[in-house]
Amino acid sequence: MSAEFTLEKRGGERANEDGESRTADGRSAFRTAAGMTFTHNNSDTTQTTAPAKGFELRPKASHNGEIGGELLEISMGPQHPSTHGVFRMDVVLDGERVVQLKPIFGYLHRNHEKIAEGTTYLASIPYTDRLDYFCSLTNNWAYCLAVEKLAGLQVPERAEYIRIITAELTRLQNHACLGGFLLQDMGASGTPLMYAFREREKILDLFESLTGARMMCNYMRFGGCRCDLPAGWLEQSKRVVDDFPQFLDEFEALLNENEILMSRTQGVGVLPRALAVDASITGPMLRACGVNYDIRKVDKYGIYDRFQFRVPLGDHGDVYDRYMIRVLEMRESVKILQHALKDIPAGPIVDPKAKLRGFRPKPGEAYGRIEAPKGELGFYLISDGSPNPYRYRVRPPSFINLTILEDMCLGQHVADVVIILGSIDIVLGEVDR
Amino acid sequence: MDTDKNAPEQIKSRVEVGVPGVRLEVVVNGSPCAQHSLVVDREHALLAAKFLKEDPAYRMDYVSNVTGVDWPETTIKEIVKTKEVVDGVEREIERTTEKKKSGFLEAVYHLYSMELKHGPVILRIRTENRAEGNHLPSLTPVWRGAEFQEREIFDLYGIVFDGHPDLRRILMWEEFKDYPMRKDYVEPDDYEYEPTPHDDVLEKAKKHAEKVLTTDGH
Repeated sequence: MSAEFTLEKRGGERANEDGESRTADGRSAFRTAAGMTFTHNNSDTTQTTAPAKGFELRPKASHNGEIGGELLEISMGPQHPSTHGVFRMDVVLDGERVVQLKPIFGYLHRNHEKIAEGTTYLASIPYTDRLDYFCSLTNNWAYCLAVEKLAGLQVPERAEYIRIITAELTRLQNHACLGGFLLQDMGASGTPLMYAFREREKILDLFESLTGARMMCNYMRFGGCRCDLPAGWLEQSKRVVDDFPQFLDEFEALLNENEILMSRTQGVGVLPRALAVDASITGPMLRACGVNYDIRKVDKYGIYDRFQFRVPLGDHGDVYDRYMIRVLEMRESVKILQHALKDIPAGPIVDPKAKLRGFRPKPGEAYGRIEAPKGELGFYLISDGSPNPYRYRVRPPSFINLTILEDMCLGQHVADVVIILGSIDIVLGEVDR
Repeated sequence: MDTDKNAPEQIKSRVEVGVPGVRLEVVVNGSPCAQHSLVVDREHALLAAKFLKEDPAYRMDYVSNVTGVDWPETTIKEIVKTKEVVDGVEREIERTTEKKKSGFLEAVYHLYSMELKHGPVILRIRTENRAEGNHLPSLTPVWRGAEFQEREIFDLYGIVFDGHPDLRRILMWEEFKDYPMRKDYVEPDDYEYEPTPHDDVLEKAKKHAEKVLTTDGH
């Protein structure tokens, strides 16, 4: 024990022989060579590599060891590598603790909604790819769903299966990468992220052979899909999906009980359940707080009512729960995929009533929403009978999930802000639109 | 989903009992999805929203989507054919009458219930006009989820939400003047033009070129 920790004598503390210093309130404090302070209530505990109960990992206090000096205002971003894009946080710090945090964004704003109102319904589909550029297929689906509601189009069964398969594959790669990014934010440089990217690449290969593009898929159309599956695609997908649980086993074995992950995420960025509902938080963030609300179950859009899957729920609403929810959701997605790849029928892939040219829905409005990997993605459209939508609105999940960023970060350490932001899972293409 | 309970007439009568004095109007949606909505008057919007959130039959605890819509002033032309006697001869005369429909801005709220898992109930609140009368009550005190979305409407449509805790521009920069999502918005030639020292150099070069041209090289 004493070989691992070097003693640093501080005022008001007296040291004993075995390199342990004791504070006035009987708690013992160790300081490692790396500058981390461990405190625990039971001074007799011998230290092992396993995390002991009652231990709390704390970053180094400010230079004189006191909290309550002058406040420091810093600007994190917009060119900060941990902000996942051009995103800025105006953080006010008291020592290491956050006392105020204001998210500032809009650096990527190009007024997607205005552009879409100036063009035809069809021409906006490629643009939806660029919202959440990790999950272009779910963006396509949400938009097509809203237009199908507006125009009353029916999607053929084969197309519904293809939509579910592509959407669940999108969810797999999004959640896998999020796990990787989250660990990258914690300082696990590379390894978990590269494992996740290896799996993502297999899924992107599938997207490429199906749609022609890895990320900007532009695949779904009103009332169906653009083209049918290429020969051998189903077999290749089956192989990828059947191999995926093995990756998850590895990933979980590497990370789930990882000491660094646990101590940096458990109890960090706790989001109370009532606040999550009140602030319209959706997706894995919401379910990590224990609220059972998955639009695949609630709305049963597409043909999700035919598949058996469970909705994983968290208990604590902290960063660790958000990570675990995503891992468990991937397991459920694999089930849906195996079922869908087995059952997919032959048949047409587009509604014969759907028109590509001269598409003019009757005057009216529709709100269509799906469970995108990041939360509820909705499109609200108003038609005035012309070829262009009168009003085109995107309800972006990561934009609204940022509402409670300040609430989660208050009182936390500045280093944890990065992890809390990472656990929200934002994509700036969607936040700024 | 209980379709009867979510029929707009049902909600209307229920809210009218719960919030005395509220004026509600059903907006029929012509599209096949038939998501009808309710227009609430500005004075009672906050109370109606609170009622919908707390009423045990509805429990609209989740505001999914908040957005603005711009309805500019429109003129409706009506052609009326009348028979009149002109110079002793009866003639059919067409008279066009122009009716002006005043414009307004609208905030649309899509409400769902996470507890009872039903919805959507769509609320619309309309401003008096598109100029000074652009104030609406903020529903952020009822649903925190409206906070950023109302800021976005303020930013892009210019609706001022009274009672919003932090009403600032969110996507555009603070110094930006206009409201880009309005239908009559005109894009500036250059968004971020600022005079630079380079301008003076250009001006000088231009003057020199003119001088050279007029004096023809002498």
